Amino acid sequence: MEQFFQQLTNGLAVGSIYALIALGYTMVYGVLKLINFAHSDLFTLGAYLGLTLLSSLLLVDRLGPLGGALVLAAMVMGLVAVAGALLDRVAYRPLRESPRLSAVVSALGASIFLQNTIMLIYGARYRVYPPDILPKASIHMLGVDIPLVRILILGASVIMMAGLFVFIQKTRIGTAIRAAAIDQGAARLMGIDVNRVILLVFMVGPALGGAAGLMVGLYYGQINFTMGWGYGLKAFTAAILGGIGNIPGAMVGGILLGLIESMSAAYLSFAWKDAIAFCVLILILIVRPTGLLGERVAEKV
Amino acid sequence: MIRQLKTIGIAAVLFACLPLFLNAYWIDVLNSVGMYAILGLSLNLIVGHTGLFNLGHAAFYAVGAYTAAILNTKFQIPVLLLLPVCGFAAGLFALIVSKPIIHLRGDYLCIVTIGVGEIVRIALINDVFGITGGSNGIFGISRPSLFGFVIRTPLEFFYLIWAFAAITVLLFHLLERSRFGRALNYLREDEVAAEGSGINTAHYKLASFVIGAAWAGMAGNLFAAKMTIISPDSFTFWESVVMFAIVILGGSGSIPGVLVGAFLIVGLPEVFREFANARMLVFGAAMMVMMVFRTQGLLPARPRPYAIPALPEGEGGE
Repeated sequence: MEQFFQQLTNGLAVGSIYALIALGYTMVYGVLKLINFAHSDLFTLGAYLGLTLLSSLLLVDRLGPLGGALVLAAMVMGLVAVAGALLDRVAYRPLRESPRLSAVVSALGASIFLQNTIMLIYGARYRVYPPDILPKASIHMLGVDIPLVRILILGASVIMMAGLFVFIQKTRIGTAIRAAAIDQGAARLMGIDVNRVILLVFMVGPALGGAAGLMVGLYYGQINFTMGWGYGLKAFTAAILGGIGNIPGAMVGGILLGLIESMSAAYLSFAWKDAIAFCVLILILIVRPTGLLGERVAEKV
Repeated sequence: MIRQLKTIGIAAVLFACLPLFLNAYWIDVLNSVGMYAILGLSLNLIVGHTGLFNLGHAAFYAVGAYTAAILNTKFQIPVLLLLPVCGFAAGLFALIVSKPIIHLRGDYLCIVTIGVGEIVRIALINDVFGITGGSNGIFGISRPSLFGFVIRTPLEFFYLIWAFAAITVLLFHLLERSRFGRALNYLREDEVAAEGSGINTAHYKLASFVIGAAWAGMAGNLFAAKMTIISPDSFTFWESVVMFAIVILGGSGSIPGVLVGAFLIVGLPEVFREFANARMLVFGAAMMVMMVFRTQGLLPARPRPYAIPALPEGEGGE
């Protein structure tokens, strides 16, 4: 039972990281019908920026662990959001009117470019996060000791996802984003500046992805310039699992994928855990071809 | 038409003489280009002509390569004799995995093909059925021989690979011009209209997927024969990305485009070697720039003209 709860909380934490990254994929997809393959590298960028800021600004020493982590997260998210906006401007905006697959190749090129930029700046070896950022405490719950980091990650992701949900559902800008996702032409006629909506989506998504990168650094303690591939693929899987273009779907898909992965690693086979996750995805898509929560985007016939 | 054939013939002869002026290293680069050209052409049928978003083509390449490696090392069957067997194995595998998923729309199909690619790679690493040799792979694959002549050097492989590439170009050209090819293009452009005109879209999609995969399987056979050692590292997601980029960058649905794409994607990193560590960075930037300035690819497919027989007076027309 103890192993079960450990795996459950671990799966939830990893799953919420997947969900945060998946939100970036799904929001961009919702508005542009584009798979932003470079998103995974913005996530990596978040992890590295976090490391730089931590070691250069001594945030934790000045503001204490929690305050330091909060300021750090805000700074990382802001910087990665700027990187996301730049990415859109350079790699995607010139391709708005061109065939969709051309934009995919541009995205792949952008991904290679970013990944290698990070490698040239930080080096190819694994980098280690300072171990003493967050207190090494753990909380006794459900008969097991759960590390504090895990709970913080889970809590922070839930807060960010709830914030995003309210932002998308309740504010005017959120309504504009949803409108642009349903029909760009009609949204434009209603006086919505679609290019600004796209820019916004390219800032909010990467900001969440950057925060996820920071969380991976804090949770696992080491980061590498290629780690984006694996996480990106998982998060993209999560977005598809929930129904791409659908924001609650990405959250559900991420958490579910994290749980499937940690449970199959614990009870079935560690070496096969990724293969099992993909098998579950394929099975779900056979039964529900547009993911669990379906797609909100109307199909053009 | 005759003039075109002449130009192609002269280009082919010049290209065949090219290795006489190159050292073994550059011949090997050309061999890689040839391998990727074959793979790109096989993927072009699926992505370019049928419009199916396949980012897991390396899986079928791997199935072909491992079929060749296993049958050759266990039963000592000559590698080149296994070509049809490899094609059949990859095609059968593609049929089994794609049958239930072929109806999935665009990006859903994309992630499933990525998933299939990853599952195959993980299965190979975990030594599935105890025959794939785990992460070390399989070594000791015998050299291919043709009519008793054993092919060893890069120069000899150059002619083997490019002869196969030439056959590939010819066959895919004929396929593209056929009724079958037109049906694929039709369903790429408008699936609903194609279905309405009596094209069994599921059947044609499946056929295109299986043919493309089978061809990648044969390319896998050549790869196994060339390397004599294969391991799961050769069949990562990255390989699928490279093949995909070759098709789109060169010009989706265009055979000359795919050939140019193969030269660029495989050749450019070699040319960029002078940038040392930054070579992949430059490569990524080049990919973006090329896509931004040539959104249709470098040599996009040209619309094919068809002569319509003149209508007799009084029917339709004026």
